[in-house]
Amino acid sequence: MASDTDKASPPGPKDDRAIIGPGYTFGSITEKISSIVLSRPAPRYWWVGFGCAFLLVMVLMYSLAYVLYEGVGVWGVNVPVGWGFAIVNLVWWIGIGHAGTLISAILLLLKQKWRTSINRFAEAMTLFAVACACVFPLMHMGRPWFFYWLMPYPNTMELWPQFRSPLVWDVFAISTYGTVSLLFWFVGLIPDLATLRDRTSNRFARVVYGILAMGWRGSARHWHRYETAYLLLAGLATPLVVSVHTVVSFDFAVAIVPGWHSTIFPPYFVAGAIYSGFAMVLTLAIPIRYVYGLEDFITSRHLQNMAKILLATGLIVAYGYGMEAFAAFYSGNPYEVYLTENRAMGPYAPFYWALIFCNVITPQALWFRSVRTSPMILFVIAFIVNVGMWLERFVIVVVSLHRDFVPSSWGEYRGTVWDWATYVGTMGLFVALLFLFVRFLPVISIFEMRTLLPEAHVKEET
Amino acid sequence: MDTHSRTDDGLTGRQYWRSLEERLADPRLLAEVAQDFPEYAEKLQNPVTRRHFLALLGASLGLAGLAGCSGTQAPREKIVPYTRQPEQLVPGKALYFATAMPLAGSAMGLLVESHEGRPTKIEGNPSHPTNRNLGATDAFAQASVLSLYDPDRSRSVMYRGRIRSWGEARVALREAYTRQLNKKDGKGTGFRILTEGVVSPTLADQLAMLLKDLPDARHVTYEPARLESAAESTRLAFGERYNVRYDLRGADVILALDADFLACGPGHLLNTRDFTARRRVGDDAPPMNRLYAVEPTPTGTGMVADHRLALSAAQVEQAARLLARLLDVGEDAGTGELPAAAAQWVRAVANDLRGKSGASAVIVGDGQPAVVHALAHAINAKLGNLGKTVLLTQPAATAARDGMTALAELANDMDQGKVETLLILGANPVYTAPVDLDFANRLKKVPLRIHLGMYNDETAQYCDWHIPEAHYLESWGDARSEDGTAAIVQPLIAPLFNGVSPCELLSNLMEEAPRSGHQIVRDYWAGNWAKRDVATRGHLETFWRKALHDGFVADTAVKAADVTALKAGWADRIKPSAKPASGEYEILFRPDPTIYDGRFANNGWLQELPKPLTKLTWDNAIIVSPATANRLGLGSKEGPHGGSHGEAIVNVVELEYQGRKVKAPVWIMPGQADGTITVHFGYGRQHAGKLGSNIGFNAYALWTSAAPYFGSGAKLVKTAERFTLACTQAHHPMDKSLDDQSHAAKERGIIRAGSLERYKEDAHFASDEAREKAARGGSAKEDKKHPLTLYNPDEWKYDNYKWGMSIDLGACTGCSACVVACQAENNIPVVGKTEVTRGHEMHWLRIDRYFEGNDENDPKRVYFQPVPCMHCENAPCELVCPVEATTHSPDGLNEMTYNRCVGTRYCSNNCPYKVRRFNFLQYADYATPTMKLLNNPDVTVRSRGVMEKCTYCVQRIRGAEIEARNQGRPIRDGDVVTACQAACPAGAIVFGDLNSTGDRGKKSRVAQRQADPLNYGLLTELNTNPRTTYLAAVRNPNPELEPK
Repeated sequence: MASDTDKASPPGPKDDRAIIGPGYTFGSITEKISSIVLSRPAPRYWWVGFGCAFLLVMVLMYSLAYVLYEGVGVWGVNVPVGWGFAIVNLVWWIGIGHAGTLISAILLLLKQKWRTSINRFAEAMTLFAVACACVFPLMHMGRPWFFYWLMPYPNTMELWPQFRSPLVWDVFAISTYGTVSLLFWFVGLIPDLATLRDRTSNRFARVVYGILAMGWRGSARHWHRYETAYLLLAGLATPLVVSVHTVVSFDFAVAIVPGWHSTIFPPYFVAGAIYSGFAMVLTLAIPIRYVYGLEDFITSRHLQNMAKILLATGLIVAYGYGMEAFAAFYSGNPYEVYLTENRAMGPYAPFYWALIFCNVITPQALWFRSVRTSPMILFVIAFIVNVGMWLERFVIVVVSLHRDFVPSSWGEYRGTVWDWATYVGTMGLFVALLFLFVRFLPVISIFEMRTLLPEAHVKEET
Repeated sequence: MDTHSRTDDGLTGRQYWRSLEERLADPRLLAEVAQDFPEYAEKLQNPVTRRHFLALLGASLGLAGLAGCSGTQAPREKIVPYTRQPEQLVPGKALYFATAMPLAGSAMGLLVESHEGRPTKIEGNPSHPTNRNLGATDAFAQASVLSLYDPDRSRSVMYRGRIRSWGEARVALREAYTRQLNKKDGKGTGFRILTEGVVSPTLADQLAMLLKDLPDARHVTYEPARLESAAESTRLAFGERYNVRYDLRGADVILALDADFLACGPGHLLNTRDFTARRRVGDDAPPMNRLYAVEPTPTGTGMVADHRLALSAAQVEQAARLLARLLDVGEDAGTGELPAAAAQWVRAVANDLRGKSGASAVIVGDGQPAVVHALAHAINAKLGNLGKTVLLTQPAATAARDGMTALAELANDMDQGKVETLLILGANPVYTAPVDLDFANRLKKVPLRIHLGMYNDETAQYCDWHIPEAHYLESWGDARSEDGTAAIVQPLIAPLFNGVSPCELLSNLMEEAPRSGHQIVRDYWAGNWAKRDVATRGHLETFWRKALHDGFVADTAVKAADVTALKAGWADRIKPSAKPASGEYEILFRPDPTIYDGRFANNGWLQELPKPLTKLTWDNAIIVSPATANRLGLGSKEGPHGGSHGEAIVNVVELEYQGRKVKAPVWIMPGQADGTITVHFGYGRQHAGKLGSNIGFNAYALWTSAAPYFGSGAKLVKTAERFTLACTQAHHPMDKSLDDQSHAAKERGIIRAGSLERYKEDAHFASDEAREKAARGGSAKEDKKHPLTLYNPDEWKYDNYKWGMSIDLGACTGCSACVVACQAENNIPVVGKTEVTRGHEMHWLRIDRYFEGNDENDPKRVYFQPVPCMHCENAPCELVCPVEATTHSPDGLNEMTYNRCVGTRYCSNNCPYKVRRFNFLQYADYATPTMKLLNNPDVTVRSRGVMEKCTYCVQRIRGAEIEARNQGRPIRDGDVVTACQAACPAGAIVFGDLNSTGDRGKKSRVAQRQADPLNYGLLTELNTNPRTTYLAAVRNPNPELEPK
């Protein structure tokens, strides 16, 4: 059967406006996508890749156990820099997640058809990124075993969280975000899970997919309810794209630390999140599409569209940097002025200039169509933007804290081996989860891809 | 109970039972009892013992219904109440006992807080005459309580490395003594006693007796950090030995010649108090004094002086001679070369001193040879200061030989085999003796070496016998302060490690039936009492009790000798010192600011206490001037983990002096005289204990008896190595660079200071309004009100108590007693060098140090700024805590609830003053048994993962509240004294109720201070409304030296 499909599918996309390659049928789409999970054996590189990622997960486990055992002091955090890698990574991961929600929810509502082939793994990326992000606020606490004190629950001490603290808002924002993202992703998966259930020849897989498919039979009523639920969830998820990173930015904006206390933070953070999120989608989509031969489904048009978003959000972020510096000098606030000078010329100046290079200068290449249509260059740019966004959070968190008001307390910060182990470990977790995802779930929404075929639009066209 | 029913006997309806036995046959009841009372279950099942336990079972039956209460277990330990309640002891209430701490030839009167028999905190004894109602202490005294509980203290009598009993040691002691005693000729010829400076009259008496019995024995005292120059100089000038002390209350102009008289040496607490009392400004304040300092290496005293002249140590003598000549003292020796600017400076000082007869003082430090001291005596005599500001007192008569010459003699005798028995009481000469005496090897030649010491230290390693010495808090004794006042040292606790006091040791040595420490001291004072006037002395027991209670023995102070004239020929006796070799570096040997001569090396509090000027912890370094560093290409860069708040990576140099070499890290110190280098004693120890061994470098290894104060001809060679020092506040070149903290502190109004003249022009010169006016070019908007806020500033009115603190920057000398006091009071853990380098140190109260001036080599002044929690009324930390672990109390304290803290550290990030401290790891010592005794039971011991910070000593506030409530009165001004305030000898810190109207309608002291025109708050533009505020420093420069 696989060989039939191969014959049926044409050599690749020709039109770079196309969002699906020509020559596909309902059957061939289903076959092509589900075969990755069902019939193709796991290739060697999958095992190697997953093995490496799994090793990093073990590094994560070990380093988390060590932090729990010894205390958060094994990290580089100190006074004055009370937040370090943990918060940098939290913001970075959460930001990465944003593209998934944006693609699945907002682009759905805006009827952007091209989102179809990338929404599934973008959503998966969101979920995994949130999972990675959650490690950090939890573990950076001095006493992580009391994390639940940040949640409002009735208790004999009659104590509630302190609702004025942005950290409490964070708990709500991130947990809501995680829940909605999971539901959205899962609901979207149900029809495909049923497909897998029906197509698998493995009894165990059938039972598991069967349970997950929740009795999906594809009846009209099912479809009707599905569409309603999916739209509703999209509606729910849409404000989260804006709210989550807004709330995360409040962690900084509400504080009085120079460099944090700024009204520009919410939009600047949201733009940054989408920026980094699309960079991450590109970083993942380009290899996946290459490895699994999905160029027909994730077409050049997709990559170009994402590159344009990258450029647009990159410009917003650059504007944010500019305004931050301008506002500091315009305000005349000596602490803000000092902070700005210190960012550019102080001990962490290389970080700042690297950030400017990664986030402001590099994406300017995307003005050129030739760059946007070259997956290889796009991949490199996206990767650089990911690094740049990490540097941005580092500059915001660490450089603002390291020299604030009272000069006697100025200090410096550097991540220790445990900081790095935890960070790299979460990358391992992220990649390992992605490997499992592409192995066990359809990486592209099968049924939605089918709607892109001309056959699916008979009614509208007549 | 009725629900249990028997179904097997066919009864229906209500269930009946005829006897308890029958009732208890119920298997379900049995099962239930078995679960809750397993020990009885077996007996219940067993019919033989069942009857036997009937009575108990009755109770079990009743308790069987309480099955829901299972799960709690009564503690298995026996809880025994006092069968006889000790007198005055109320559990939970601290008791205070007066005692005294001997240190380096002087003593400090103390009150020691005791909780259920554990001394936990040292306070100064305000009744002690040398304390003049202040009750201050220094960092050494504060930290001494930690030494008491030091688990590394020596715990057993040792004979050549083997544990022996005290009885055996006593036999050996007696044997040695009787052997000397039985000598036919020259009783005691081979007997030597080496002690530290003897301040105990009882011990002195015992030693005198010993020397009477063994007339040919010798007693040598040796204090490496206080050699004989000061005492010897009086012989040069006056022909007799006197102790010199100062009464600075009447001194308008003070010249310190290489003298750190505010920070070390006898009387430093009183000096500080008297000095700072004359630094206050205001309507009722006495005229302000003026301090000049000439010094080679920066000290707390020199750096707060109005004018400071950095000269090499050898040039200090030139300056003194020039001054003497300018004042026509009668000294005619050549002046040597003094740089023109320095000569100009001395001339201005001379002009200032000239008009201040009897109201000035020239003070010389222990680091200068006797000649310079003698010159100062001559100048003071000429200025008529003797008997007024400079007091000479007759020292207690002693047959002891002291200082370097005596030690050299002893070493020589040992070398020549003249010493048969050497008894070392407390001293550690193997470590502290100058290297050229080769003390360790010579000591080996002594047949019998006996060492009494708190630690199994370097000297103990070379001695046959080592006997653990009792800490002063666990032994009976007595001690004379600098003015001669004797205080009884009374123990607060039984010796923890079976130590004995020197008095007890001598009693065991000399007496057939040794007396207890208590008996020895009491016998001595009974003798003293017997000599007193019968009419006034009262009953012996009353005399003794009063002395114990008051903390000093009445009428023991020595009257100042009536000496006003120099002894003829003095000028001939003080010929100029040999001109130093030029071209090389001059090397200065100084005691360490925090661990002194090394005796506190194993004291974690003092090791971690940042040294006032360098802010180094856990290490010593070779101190060089910025110019020297430039010449040699030496530098200091910030390490990545703590940066300027912890980690300093510096060059390592090889220091060669008189053929001996040492490799050590270098520290660049603004204000160090160019061409001089300073090394501090106390480090590089081998057997100090777990904390103090093998850190830093040993400066004694370069020190020679020939040049005990300073020497020339040292060489520095830069090596490729680098070394990480733990420095809590690095300094940067003093310019307008981004890195310069001092410059930023001034710009930001964190340090505010001005001259006396400026103050007289505008007393409000340091206020926010004045600063703003200056920034706007003299046009402050009239309508601008501070603070600018959208919110109602009176949202919460502090109607009741309103606690606040005021810190006088003009008074603080950076001595750091407050930091250690805070640590002791609040159970603040020690974190160790590595953690300090990572910016993890825990001090709730830190002292920030900022330099003034643009010349790195000659900073004008240093400002020390103690920074506790500001207890902001609008505390930025409070609103960001997600779990309400830090909240505001109704009386305005910013409180920290440790139990609730989850450790997000958001509060610390948002604290603009960065006073919050986080337990990054498990710092509190839960494991060491003796350390548990140390903790203040009124303060929680924090575990890892919890934020903490200054509480304004809330335990003391609440204690005073309870006390006041019990007495039905409000808290009076002065009822609550924070630990830092209590320790401060300068009176820089005042705490109290800002609402209080105080006694007789007067405002409380802190309210007065905060109403002072010099009052300012840190970063008030952030609208934090800090409760801790500062008084701007006022300097009193000489217009001749600092034209307007």
